[in-house]
Amino acid sequence: MGDSSEAKRVRHAASGRIMVPNTGIELPLNLDLSRRDILKIAGYGSLAAFIAACGGGSPGSSGSANVTAKGGSVSIGSNASDPGVKKGLADIVSAFTSANGGTKVRVNTVDHGTFQNTITSYLGGTPEDVFTWFSGHRMRFFASKGLVAPIDDVWSSVKGNFTEGFAASVKGDDGHVYAVPTDYYPWAVFYRKDVFAAGNYKVPTNWDDFKSLCAQMKKDGLIPLAFADKDGWPAQGTFDIINLRLNGYDFHIELLTGKQKWTDSRVTSVFKKWSEITQYYSPAFAGLKWEQGADQLLRKQAGMMVFGLFISDEFTASGSKADLDQLDFFPFPDLGTQYDAEKALDAPIDVFMMSKKSPTLGADSGQAKAFLEFMAKGSTQSIYWQSSPGSIPTAKDTDTSQFPALTQKAVQIVSNAKRITQFFDRDSRPDYAGPDGMQGFLLKYLSNPSGSTSSLQGQMQSFWDSLPPE
Amino acid sequence: MARPTSASPARTEPTEAGELVARTHGRFHVLTRYDRRVLMLMVGIPLLFDVILIWWPTASSILLSFTDWDGIGDLTSQNFIGLNNYQFLFTGYTLFWPAFMHNVIWLAWLTFIATPIGILFAVLLDRELRGNRIYQSVFFLPVVLSLVVVGFIWELQFNPTEGFINNALGVVKSGHIIDWLGNPHLNLYAILIATSWRHIGYIMVIYLAGLKSVDPTLREAAKVDGANEVQTFLRVVFPVMAPINVVIAVITAIEALRAFDIAFIINQGKNGLELLSILITNNSISEASLVGRGSAIAVILLVISLGPIIAFLARVMRTSQ
Repeated sequence: MGDSSEAKRVRHAASGRIMVPNTGIELPLNLDLSRRDILKIAGYGSLAAFIAACGGGSPGSSGSANVTAKGGSVSIGSNASDPGVKKGLADIVSAFTSANGGTKVRVNTVDHGTFQNTITSYLGGTPEDVFTWFSGHRMRFFASKGLVAPIDDVWSSVKGNFTEGFAASVKGDDGHVYAVPTDYYPWAVFYRKDVFAAGNYKVPTNWDDFKSLCAQMKKDGLIPLAFADKDGWPAQGTFDIINLRLNGYDFHIELLTGKQKWTDSRVTSVFKKWSEITQYYSPAFAGLKWEQGADQLLRKQAGMMVFGLFISDEFTASGSKADLDQLDFFPFPDLGTQYDAEKALDAPIDVFMMSKKSPTLGADSGQAKAFLEFMAKGSTQSIYWQSSPGSIPTAKDTDTSQFPALTQKAVQIVSNAKRITQFFDRDSRPDYAGPDGMQGFLLKYLSNPSGSTSSLQGQMQSFWDSLPPE
Repeated sequence: MARPTSASPARTEPTEAGELVARTHGRFHVLTRYDRRVLMLMVGIPLLFDVILIWWPTASSILLSFTDWDGIGDLTSQNFIGLNNYQFLFTGYTLFWPAFMHNVIWLAWLTFIATPIGILFAVLLDRELRGNRIYQSVFFLPVVLSLVVVGFIWELQFNPTEGFINNALGVVKSGHIIDWLGNPHLNLYAILIATSWRHIGYIMVIYLAGLKSVDPTLREAAKVDGANEVQTFLRVVFPVMAPINVVIAVITAIEALRAFDIAFIINQGKNGLELLSILITNNSISEASLVGRGSAIAVILLVISLGPIIAFLARVMRTSQ
């Protein structure tokens, strides 16, 4: 099935226009794309331009009853450990149980970071039937290692509910489907509307405006950019976006997968550009967790924060609806390069997958597939979204009328992006992205951003070279 | 039971323990067959556990350290890469030597700061001060907590903006925040303070127990000879405590080598908190799954650890003789 639609997409793209299925929307894609480029976009899970079709459209034809089963039991390994998302999954589970003939669901919730760190031994040991994971390089890696089960049969019954961008994001290297996409969220620059109004600040669209806004905020006694990098990964979001704006999508992806060198002068220029704003970061950022950085924004101590939409979970947790209403964002400013036009950004997709080595999968296979099918419904994803407003549903039949302006806008900037990345640690190999690798390197860079980065870049490259073949 | 006749050998062979029993091949044994079976079980079961739980994993680690296995699927001959892991650790791995140095600093800190303070507290408490029990409980309390909990507690204390320490120092208000856990030049010492908080109590209790067993007549004799308090301790009590001193030294060394919990809780051991034990974890059982490289670090740590372990065992065996 994959081949024919792939061919169609290539044809559409080659003609410079992409028709979003089930809608009247025709998206211009007047880029000079080679066939290789198109395949790359599909391969890297780009949902650019397709996402506009998220709302409306017809729901997927549900059915093909023989792969699913009612009653019985199913187990779920979940990384949804924060209160909001945990409640979201619990609500979904109870809805599933009553909708699927009383299927007993056992959820094993593991701390988000721990789940990620132990994923290899988890999947190779005795995992649950279904588990939460991410799209991108990391999904395809476990698929190619044979640790997850293909779910083409589930996909064929739900694929009508997803845009082609999402369809590409759940495909393995072998063309089989390995996941059901459940939600996504963009990275952008977040701010409070009331703080901007009080300071008479304008949303900056280019780098110089952005920097002078930072300087103005500093003068006004604000922390211009809330930044909290104790966990190591938040800095990767800023690296991604500056590299995308400065050097373009292709270079970024090739760099993260080892086809470009870390000693490249283009990487140097990223660090140089970045160093122009590090002076505006939160004091002691290397000792702060992201929640504390988000709190600085929430409490009006900080003016802006480069972060993912799930920052809104922290605003929801404050308990005051007024706070959440004040939250707004703008896309990272243009840097004056040819790649500004790509409007590229990180918009990671969360997925549910089925593990191959689950000891109970033999008995639960039907129920597991029923659960995956259930997760593909807009009504199910809305339940999750209500507890975790930072996660935008992926299904076409989601009732978008309930979305507040913030979510609508998030859908909008993602659909404006011509290139989408998943995030550093999902686009690169984990041993390179982790605490021993890039997390540590970026912290080292941030401890002295204005110094020369050539020896650091040398270390980055030699670390990459030292890794065994994947 | 495969052979019912051997179910109760003691009754079928009415030989008393200790009596010489003539065997078919003409050799004589001090122990009855029953005794020997019991002995075999008593030695065999622990040995079995020892082999399964200690020797097998150790041997596996050593074997894996010569591979580039990623933890998925079976180990094949293609995975063997000789000494590449070791070569990379010593020459190419930018975190290995910092981690090694941090372990050395850890050891030095515990040896020259924390352990002496623990000994000092023990000596002071041995003098039966007023409120002795209360002091003893206060200093011993952290020892009851696991290092993970100690890590959580001190993470809160050291927090740059919300933590007690920066607020007590007033640096939050003045804006000159001290980044205790984020500054790579500072955070190692911050967590060493946290570690000492627990280590001091641990050493204190062990040393106090030792001091209680010192023959009081030795001190009286020293006093009669005109020695002051310091002289009495350094020249009389301390040498008498030699066995305990060795135990303390070994405990200190082992604590420094196995340092892990606090640094891992704080930031997964990056940005100035690299330790050998954490490199093992981050490489082999994290998402990275570089099992071979992690094993190579583990083997190096094992070799280093053999020193204090042998010293400790030698001491224990000598004492028990």
